[in-house]
Amino acid sequence: MQILDSAWLIPVIPLVSAGVLALAGRRLKEPIAGWVATVAVGASFVLSFGQLIALVGRPPEARTFVRTLYEWIPAGGFRVPVSYRIDPLSVVMILLITGVGALIHLYAIGYMKGDRDFTRFFFYLNLFVGSMLVLVLADNYLLLFVGWELVGACSYLLIGFWYQSSPNATAAKKAFVVNRVGDFGFVVGLMLIFSVVGSLDYGAVFSIAPSVMTAAMATAVCLCLLVGATGKSAQIPLYVWLPDAMAGPTPVSALIHAATMVTAGVYMIARSFVLWDLSPTAQGITVAIGIITALVAAVIAIGQFNIKKVLAYSTVSQLGYMIAGVGVGGAGYAAGIFHLLAHGFFKALLFLCAGSVIVGMHHEEDMRKMGGLRTKMPITFITYTIGFLALDGIFPFAGYFSKDGILAALFEHGTWWSQVAWALGLVGAFLTATYMARQWFMVFFGKPRWDEDVHPHESPWLMTVPLIVLAIPSTLFGTAGLPGFNQLHRWLEPVFGVAGGEPELLNATTFALLLTSLVVAGSGLVVGWAIWYRATADQRATLAGRLGGVVPFVRNKLYVDEAYAATFERPGYRLTAVLGDEMDQRGIDWLVMGTGAAFKRAGAWFSKGQNGLIRAYAAVMGAGALVFVVYVLARGVSR
Amino acid sequence: MLIADAIAAPPSDWWAIAPQLVLGGTAVVIILMICVKRVDPGWNALVAAVGTVASGVFAWEQWRQVTTDANPRLAYSGMIAVDGFSAFLVLVVCVAAFLGVLLADQYFKREGIDRGEYYALLLFSACGMQFMAAANNLVMVFVALELLSICLYVLSAWNRDDSRSQEAGAKYLLLGAYSSAILLFGIALLYGGTGTTNLARMAEIFSENVTREPGLVLLGMVFVIVGLGFKIAAVPFHMWTPDVYQGAPTPVVGFMASGAKIAGFAGLFRVLETGLAAFEFDWQPLLVGLAIVTMLGGSILAIAQRDVKRMLAYSSIAHAGFILTGLASGTAAGVRGALFYLVAYVFMIAGAFGVVALLARRGERYTSLDDYRDMFRREPVLATVLAFFLFAMAGIPGTSGFVAKFAVFTGVADAHQWVLLTVGTVASVISAYFYLRLVVYMYMRPEVDEGEAQPAALPRVRWAPATVVALVLTVFFTIQLGILPQGLLDMAGKATLLF
Amino acid sequence: MKLNLFLTLSAFLFCLGVYGMLARRNAVMILMSIELMLNAININLVAFGALHGNLTGQIFAFFVIAVAAAEVGIGLAIVLLIYRNRASVNVDDVDLMKG
Repeated sequence: MQILDSAWLIPVIPLVSAGVLALAGRRLKEPIAGWVATVAVGASFVLSFGQLIALVGRPPEARTFVRTLYEWIPAGGFRVPVSYRIDPLSVVMILLITGVGALIHLYAIGYMKGDRDFTRFFFYLNLFVGSMLVLVLADNYLLLFVGWELVGACSYLLIGFWYQSSPNATAAKKAFVVNRVGDFGFVVGLMLIFSVVGSLDYGAVFSIAPSVMTAAMATAVCLCLLVGATGKSAQIPLYVWLPDAMAGPTPVSALIHAATMVTAGVYMIARSFVLWDLSPTAQGITVAIGIITALVAAVIAIGQFNIKKVLAYSTVSQLGYMIAGVGVGGAGYAAGIFHLLAHGFFKALLFLCAGSVIVGMHHEEDMRKMGGLRTKMPITFITYTIGFLALDGIFPFAGYFSKDGILAALFEHGTWWSQVAWALGLVGAFLTATYMARQWFMVFFGKPRWDEDVHPHESPWLMTVPLIVLAIPSTLFGTAGLPGFNQLHRWLEPVFGVAGGEPELLNATTFALLLTSLVVAGSGLVVGWAIWYRATADQRATLAGRLGGVVPFVRNKLYVDEAYAATFERPGYRLTAVLGDEMDQRGIDWLVMGTGAAFKRAGAWFSKGQNGLIRAYAAVMGAGALVFVVYVLARGVSR
Repeated sequence: MLIADAIAAPPSDWWAIAPQLVLGGTAVVIILMICVKRVDPGWNALVAAVGTVASGVFAWEQWRQVTTDANPRLAYSGMIAVDGFSAFLVLVVCVAAFLGVLLADQYFKREGIDRGEYYALLLFSACGMQFMAAANNLVMVFVALELLSICLYVLSAWNRDDSRSQEAGAKYLLLGAYSSAILLFGIALLYGGTGTTNLARMAEIFSENVTREPGLVLLGMVFVIVGLGFKIAAVPFHMWTPDVYQGAPTPVVGFMASGAKIAGFAGLFRVLETGLAAFEFDWQPLLVGLAIVTMLGGSILAIAQRDVKRMLAYSSIAHAGFILTGLASGTAAGVRGALFYLVAYVFMIAGAFGVVALLARRGERYTSLDDYRDMFRREPVLATVLAFFLFAMAGIPGTSGFVAKFAVFTGVADAHQWVLLTVGTVASVISAYFYLRLVVYMYMRPEVDEGEAQPAALPRVRWAPATVVALVLTVFFTIQLGILPQGLLDMAGKATLLF
Repeated sequence: MKLNLFLTLSAFLFCLGVYGMLARRNAVMILMSIELMLNAININLVAFGALHGNLTGQIFAFFVIAVAAAEVGIGLAIVLLIYRNRASVNVDDVDLMKG
């Protein structure tokens, strides 16, 4: 009981530490600031672990602990308290956030060495983690929104941290503006909930909503919230900020992509599962958005040459799976969270590895200038391989079971659209394996292609230790959700209800699905191997030069490989070009950023009316008064 | 005997106007000080600060009495209302005046225009604002408004050798007088329609349904809204705001932006809710329209600005829109939100202009966005404080700005006014853009694009103790009202009208 | 009681004032236009006072006269400041700040 009472310290410790760092400024010298920040998050992790133990010690039905700290804002007839909720869902989230967060902090001490704004960087990092913890631990939608907004603001500061080049500042601004668009939807959804239910407390909303909300209302609410989720969790059409957000330092990318920020949308949907259950329409739309995002992002990832961009699109794609998972409902809720956790581990690992490679390559991010790094950076290579296999969904790494959980949930949902989504998800899994294999081979295998003056070297222990530690859950975390045992599903059952459980036994269908996934992922790997490792550069070039059709290759052994290459590489690039450039830059990007530009232009246009002349001002005032008079008189007459 | 009876003054209720008396008295003391011997104006500032605090103490006592002993009343033949609403806003005016005094000293010394009369005028103006908050009679509304405005005209032109300050004074005066005339026209029509200028009596007349001339009353109502809309800088009556805020000395702007707005809202609210409560269905749509145009107009126009003072001017217009939203919702929650917003706004805007005054340097030369380039490296503390206020104005959680917006919007949601709510949310999204652009300039833009001037290398800004106190207070309350808003929200809930 | 005559006169004078405000470039003329508006209202107030048979209107008119005097005093001072600086009282020249 005492441990649960102290849970409020979990977000407070990093926030206080952030305050200390902010006030200390540069007086706190380089490594110390980093250690302060790391220890703060580490302490939160220990506390979070304490929560887990405390919950395990309780019977399953008593594993929800809500505690009000103080009354915050009165809203209408009731009051919004500052209160936190410890339940199986929030516990696994805070464990992920603080655990992975602490490792990323540790890594950043090494990565940011010598940066002139070292302390400020850790101030932001701590603030970021603290805000995310607020979001997850909140017991009402308003407090969740507080964390939601703070996370957005922090990401803005962090992405723009390295602002020597103006693209970074632009990327930061883009991230913030896009997120605000999402927030807009979220606020409207929130107000809708408030006006229908009359409360924003989870407990009240979830118990009252089913009886007072019509399906149409629930759909409206869910779609509004979904707009918010597409902003935070980088789904179509608001995903554009995430790939650009690569401009920030790599630890930030790892933090944003794995532990904080992007998981917020998935978490929020999982948290509001009661509302989604009320609206099959919203569920369908959610699944559609998720799975389409998963596919589109995977296609785009194939064509990227920046080591971090590939990972960024892969995050978008994996988030698509999670959204689809929590969208489909039933077993999907737990499956989505499962994938969220597993992804948190291996994506953090991959990003940190990429950061290690980037540092080793003297801040080169272009994969065309890498190659053959496996001997130069052995630890990075091994840990990266683990992360890569996990993301690919290769048995027995974490991603295999977690992704399969989502696909299984889609398949077993039994409607036609969920089965279509399942098929598309398989295609996505195949593409995932392909682009990851491509990256793996391009970076670590083949001939070195780096510049003369670059001397790759393994990173210092501060950076490799987090890699090794993260490699462990990336390998083993899959056991938390072994089909047939479903520890995680059962753990989350008190939250998502009995419907969240999966079939207890490993039946034939499940087994077949598992096998299918493995075959698909494996074949993706093989294709990647064939194109980017087996085939020579010349062959790739020739193939790229010919579009589809019959490829005149005699060598039987290569025929399959080359056919794959012809089918995938060239059209893949083309599709990528279309999706990446046309649609991404001109279409969606234009739509999102164009709205901003329109307001800007409107502002410039209106401000011309502000011509500085007293008489003109008086005239405008008079005109305004006249409009009022006419309005009142017209109304008066009509009455 | 007979004559004495005929002109017997109404019983004096000194308590009812104690805060105003203290402020006005302090102003007179300052003038006397100057007449006797010119000393360092810092001493005048000290007296003024003590005066505002004393006035605040009286206001607090009034508030305590009114809310605990349930003793709201009318005084001076119904000229003055002593109720929760008036005591609350009188207190807020004290805060605004106190901050205005604290932020002034260092600035005027730097500009070489520190004259003690400044504080006397500021206090007279604040006195007018307090009378406005307590006015229960249209005559009182008009006189209080003129008292505060005329002092502000002079204060805007305080830097009399600076052509921008002169221009600000001229624009404010001419347009202000014009709007006062419109307001007065409205008042005259209301008087014509009802035969009284006492707002409480007016409400009685309407409740007895003996209006002979609803047309006169409606027209009067429109002109009153227009006249007070000028004071609160609601679009389209905002035209003077950017020019005056840009040109006037920055501490004056800080005081004007907070104080005049409090007074304007107090008057608007009192007239509409007390005197014209019967016409709610007529003025509510007007306020809704005004709020929508103001929020959008302020936010959109702010995007185009490259001068920081001007940008903050437009932002204050947008804030006025949000506050209006609370009034326009017509719900108790909305009104409470608006009052809370007003207080949060006073701290934010005074603090922001306080920092801008420091960063602008002598002669207010550095106020363009480009001058703020990489400010974080040159002035880390001030840049952080300003960034904090900008985040607060953008409504980032953890600050009073967030709670304020939420409190107002719940009122709107209560009233099911979805259009207003949607526009408000959109406007707050837009406004985040220009606030954050300034943060970007301060934190993330060290390099200079082609054709732009390199920011001048300047010595570090010096801090006077009074400035430090003011900034610490504003930052503290902006955080405090964001994290523990309960106390003030309760207060705002109790700040109800007598009628 | 020919109230309407007074009201019409007052409205006419008020509009004349507004017109002067919008059409005149000379700052002093603008101040005079504002005076005209205020005095138009005074007529209104006094007329309404007579209509309702109470003194409020007349007393209010006195307040208005006093306030108007103060306003014009300050106004002329500021106009003088501008004149000293620019040797012109044309309000269209006062447009340093815009946008």
